[in-house]
Amino acid sequence: MTATVLESERATTPAPARQLTRRPRRRPRWAVISMLAPAVLGLAIFFVYPLIASIFFSFTRYNLIGGIEFIGLRNYVYLFTQDPQVVQAALNTLWFVVILVPVRIITALALAGLLARAKKASGFWRTVFYLPALVPPVASVVAFVFLFNPGTGPVNLILKSIGIQGPLWFNDPAWAKPSLVLLGVWVMGDIMIIFLAALLDVPRELYEASSLDGANGVQQVRHVTIPHLAPVLFFSVITGVIAALQYFTEAAVASGVASGKATIGQGAGVAIGYPDDSLLTYAQWIYVRGFGNYQFGYASALAVVLFVVASVFVLIMMRRVGAFNPSEAS
Amino acid sequence: MTTNALLLAPPRVKAGRARSALVWVSEHLALVILAVLFLAPVVFVFFTSLMTSQQTLTASLIPKTWQWSNYLDVFRTVPLAQWFGNSAIYAISSTVLMLLSSVPAAYVLAKIRFRGSSIIFGAIIIAMLLPPQVTVIPVYVMWAKLHLTGSLLPLILPNLLGDAFSIFLLRQFFLTVPKEYTDAARMDGCGDWTILWRIVVPMARPGIAAAGLFSFFHAWNDYFGPLLYTSENQAAWPVSYGLATFRGAHGTDWSITMAMTILVMVPVVLLFFFAQKVFVEGITLTGVKG
Repeated sequence: MTATVLESERATTPAPARQLTRRPRRRPRWAVISMLAPAVLGLAIFFVYPLIASIFFSFTRYNLIGGIEFIGLRNYVYLFTQDPQVVQAALNTLWFVVILVPVRIITALALAGLLARAKKASGFWRTVFYLPALVPPVASVVAFVFLFNPGTGPVNLILKSIGIQGPLWFNDPAWAKPSLVLLGVWVMGDIMIIFLAALLDVPRELYEASSLDGANGVQQVRHVTIPHLAPVLFFSVITGVIAALQYFTEAAVASGVASGKATIGQGAGVAIGYPDDSLLTYAQWIYVRGFGNYQFGYASALAVVLFVVASVFVLIMMRRVGAFNPSEAS
Repeated sequence: MTTNALLLAPPRVKAGRARSALVWVSEHLALVILAVLFLAPVVFVFFTSLMTSQQTLTASLIPKTWQWSNYLDVFRTVPLAQWFGNSAIYAISSTVLMLLSSVPAAYVLAKIRFRGSSIIFGAIIIAMLLPPQVTVIPVYVMWAKLHLTGSLLPLILPNLLGDAFSIFLLRQFFLTVPKEYTDAARMDGCGDWTILWRIVVPMARPGIAAAGLFSFFHAWNDYFGPLLYTSENQAAWPVSYGLATFRGAHGTDWSITMAMTILVMVPVVLLFFFAQKVFVEGITLTGVKG
């Protein structure tokens, strides 16, 4: 098989016996090549090359000004045995994977279930719960740091009016991460929309048939709803975990705004992880070592470790989802 | 268990009238309470954006005097018009370039079978899923060597060479164009560019609109990219990045910070209301069938 064989040609042309043994030579399709070439080039330049280069850099000492010096495994040895903050950064990221992801998915599922049952004005409710997901992440973080600020924030004012002394939220190491979970719940709209579509997709006949068979509500959820939702749930868990592994913007902006200092960037690291490294995530640590301290070699080693961890989830995803394989797609 | 209860089968189960009415009321009560909770943050932000700076230092929720001039003060404090312009350039040019490069690639991956297609598609999925921090250092070095850091170009130009997520999404839409149409055009002697332009693009217009909107929103909301490439050059900042630095750089006045927060939210929310249907369809497709 040279160059390209059309699906349609395969399907519609009855193959004469001669063709089975000796396929006719096909002209390369220049149109197809011209259509795909930019994307393939893009993959090579912005994905394959940097991936290989990251692995290469991880064995070197390298900054933009000096040359590249090969130092073997020393970056990895430092990473796993000496780096004073990498453990904290990895644990914080793990915290978001373990807490933020399930909390968001459960809330989105509950709301989708509620919306699936609301017949009237379902579009209105859907919009209300989806809207926060549209707010630019930086704006939503700035808004939440204000809402939860201990002095004049509306949340603590309202808590106080009912006799509760609110915590310091983004200014307390113990509360900063839970505060970001509340933000994550506020912006769970996209997951909710996906769940809602899946719920509305369950054929009604299945519920009717099972209720004729005497199934009660819980049994229907167990045997009809959950199996139908399984692929979507799986998808949202894996993409959620991958997103949590790279958790950066919300934590970085929250630290910057809550500390009242200029955010990272210029004079990198001023507020990073505030309060007390509680919001220092692994992705931020790559940024600090790479672009705050210009240790490109060491930051690459950190990136390679992230690559290995994320790959596990990417592979799980690729294995499970058959539709990703073009030969199986319609 | 509450989650399960919410997911319960249709309301038409055999039940007493009184009971189903009770269920209806409690469900709608829950919806109303939750809706208030979800809208409250924006309302409080908006109220605070209109307070005087003295009032923001007191324990109050509603502005005593509605000081609309706060919104003008944002423009006086920072080069907001320029930042909005940068965001618009970033978002619009990324989207246009992405469509030019990704629509044809998605067509090939959806409609033409060839050796290596599953490898390319697999690479696109992996590129889409892997965290950007994995590849960020060599890519940054590349742009630094081209002396293009300090501008938004390192974030715009790659769109000329396709965007993995957009190709994926567009392909899923193109798969829904029935084969009979493309086959018929091919019988009539149309080439691939003609089939794409005359048949697939018109039929997949909602999908292309969704991919374009996602790309626009992604650029408008981006923080990590501008942090990486523009942080040292304030004249190149987009609004999202400018907002993140605002409070640290300009004191603790919540009222003006909240005014700027509202200003950053408004364009995306407006765009959403114009294109709500397209948007919801697009999100659904990203999550349901892969």
